[in-house]
Amino acid sequence: MASILAVDDSASMRKMVTFTLKSAGYDVEEAVDGVDALAKAQTRQFDCVITDVNMPNKDGISLIKDLRALASYKYTPMLTLTTESGMEKKMEGKAAGATGWIVKPFDPDQLLKTLKKVLG
Amino acid sequence: MSIDMSQFHQVFFEECFEGLEAMESGLLNLDMGDIDSEVINTIFRGAHSIKGGSGTFGFTVVADFTHIMETLLDEMRDGRRKVTQTAVNVLLGSVDCLREMLTSIQNEQPVEVASVAKHQAALEQELNGYTTAAPPSAAVAASPAATVTIDAPNKTEAAALTEQGWKIAFCPYLDLLKTGNDPVRMFRELAELGELTTYANTQDIPGIYELDPEECNISWDLKVTGDIPAAEIKEIFNWVEGDCELDIQALVVKTAKPVAPTIAPASKQAEAEPVAPAPAPPPIPAPATAQDTDGIDAVTTKNLITPAQTDAEQIKNTVKASSSIRVDTAKIDALINMVGEVVITQSMLGLVGENFAMDKVDQLKKGLAQLERHTRDLQQSVMNIRMLPISFVFSRFPRLVHDISSKLGKKIELKLVGENTEIDKSVVELINDPLVHLIRNSLDHGIELPASRLAAGKPETGIIELKAYHRGGHIVIEIIDDGHGLDRKKLIAKAVEKGLVEENATLTDKQAFELIFMPGFSTAEKLTDISGRGVGMDVVRRNIEALGGNIEITSEVGKGTTIAIHLPLTLAILDGQSVAVGDETYIVPLVSIIESINITEKMLNKVAGKGETFRLRNQYIPIIRMHKIFNVQSRNASKMAEGVIVVVEGQGVLCGLFVDDLLGQQQVVIKSLEANYRRVEGVSGATILGDGSVALILDVPGLVRFSNR
Repeated sequence: MASILAVDDSASMRKMVTFTLKSAGYDVEEAVDGVDALAKAQTRQFDCVITDVNMPNKDGISLIKDLRALASYKYTPMLTLTTESGMEKKMEGKAAGATGWIVKPFDPDQLLKTLKKVLG
Repeated sequence: MSIDMSQFHQVFFEECFEGLEAMESGLLNLDMGDIDSEVINTIFRGAHSIKGGSGTFGFTVVADFTHIMETLLDEMRDGRRKVTQTAVNVLLGSVDCLREMLTSIQNEQPVEVASVAKHQAALEQELNGYTTAAPPSAAVAASPAATVTIDAPNKTEAAALTEQGWKIAFCPYLDLLKTGNDPVRMFRELAELGELTTYANTQDIPGIYELDPEECNISWDLKVTGDIPAAEIKEIFNWVEGDCELDIQALVVKTAKPVAPTIAPASKQAEAEPVAPAPAPPPIPAPATAQDTDGIDAVTTKNLITPAQTDAEQIKNTVKASSSIRVDTAKIDALINMVGEVVITQSMLGLVGENFAMDKVDQLKKGLAQLERHTRDLQQSVMNIRMLPISFVFSRFPRLVHDISSKLGKKIELKLVGENTEIDKSVVELINDPLVHLIRNSLDHGIELPASRLAAGKPETGIIELKAYHRGGHIVIEIIDDGHGLDRKKLIAKAVEKGLVEENATLTDKQAFELIFMPGFSTAEKLTDISGRGVGMDVVRRNIEALGGNIEITSEVGKGTTIAIHLPLTLAILDGQSVAVGDETYIVPLVSIIESINITEKMLNKVAGKGETFRLRNQYIPIIRMHKIFNVQSRNASKMAEGVIVVVEGQGVLCGLFVDDLLGQQQVVIKSLEANYRRVEGVSGATILGDGSVALILDVPGLVRFSNR
């Protein structure tokens, strides 16, 4: 099953995302901020990265930029978790190289459905 | 798949309360003259996280409320809005309101709608200069679906139209693959909606020598048939907008069905995800989503009060708070490490025991010593898990000081020192109230008004320092103010007036300051609503002593007052000295022992009516004969020279406990006597010794008081 790196500084959101993905059979690893995520992404290859945008210690946008610059993450799907008010953020994410976005609030089913768009 | 979201609620609430605290301290630390953007960012992030989480976990009341805060903070963050003291005060009020809302939800109680509406109106006033919130009663009546329908009739109509199928011309730009989007997966999704036929235009693929495999050179003509809403088609392509040319056309447009029956589902969709505009005229304009999103925002902002029944549902779904604790993973690792060590030692001892012979005694002793060491370490690790930084308590005080000092018209700066000092969770919970009381006292009675400070040649702004540090087996918390200090003459006069001390009594400074801890003593000319709440310093002292701690006061007129609280690091375990009195064993807390000495009968002085004392260096120390107090048979009742005097300190008073023998020092687990039997004067608890017998733990300050009677 595909491996996913879930990045969020909020423990409850991270737990919820991780639990949902794990229940669906994905192999999930958590990271608490951009710096943590970048380090983890370099120790193993993930099939997909889901990241919160607004985080201390490197936000999601900067994380995606840095990941895209790595040869091993050139084509990896990367999704941002963003609030409904953040159309600018969505576009900012896309400009940085994000594949797409998941709009907060979302429920587990929406998350899995959206993920299917990039993980098949 | 259905996932029980309530399992994340506990973490969510904890996170929210932490976030609120961070916001609060951020707001209090804002310096109007020099706005630190990182502080604003932290505050914004707090609101942002709470909003995101509350939306996801179904607490829409909270999400809607935080949305306004977030918008306000967002504008402050990117400099569109000036940070004013009024705005900060409104935000502080909102933080309180949010805290109340979350607490109610957590405890499955209804949210105070009126108070929420009040704070919301204040926020909107700040944000827009006017308030859009309807009176709560009217807002409660309006359901979200209705609002959406009124606001977005076009959308409703659009979604009401269903199509027989769609024709899609999809021409990705060369770089599409580099965004991580994959046309094949998108087509698979399309195929799930209806019957999909694809035609790939491959004429643009260059020859093998010019081909760049990282580029997308194919375009597609797709046809998908079925009863598929435009929004669903649109959603599949929404991530590639701007990365391709896209033309979506309806195959057959049916005339609109009667609108009414479809309002509900349509508006539900409108809430969940931006809905595509009417399919005619195609193609769908790319920026439409942005407009739609804005439209939805407007709706959300106006629809601020969620109907009461929604609250009730939410509350029903929340799980009651359990007392949980967040632990640093490093502490857990250390614990697991220690358990490993214990297991190794145990297996080593097992080997020794298997074929035991006398020549293995050395090995056995070594093993036992190791086991002892590891058990102690293990105990330490477990206790460590219960340790919390004292910032859990301290973090409340900046707000308290801010609020009260502005109420009193005083200028006061609060300095926090040693916030990371760790203390047992149980102590953290119990120390809060006494500290609040002491700080209120310093604010109210300690620090003077700016004018009198200036007159006394002091800086206008008073300083209260709250300091925590470890000393020995204790944690010390000090509250230091640079106010006018305690006036010993005034104290004594007051005490005489109240009949607490005799007139002409000679008191040391220390004894004079101790007066404020006496029941019924208050020096303030009039009680204020800040510190005069009917709870005196005597209660503070009693609470601290109940924690096994003590409180000391030093003061200098005109310079300020320092109150030092000494607390044990934990309430569960105590380093004790076991002493023998007759056949009984008692535990004296090691921290209260000054020294143990042997004296002869000749060194005793009998004071008429006041018992016995002996002279230790330059001090006369009263003696308490333990066997008399506890009414047990002593071996040395009459032979002072054969027993031992344990000199202890309780509440700053030295006292000698006469016991038969010193047995040894050990850590003991405290069992409450009060919970299992009843409160006994002079005894703070009991413990079970290695041989299974019960020993009483002495309450030294209690004993001192007891013997003074």
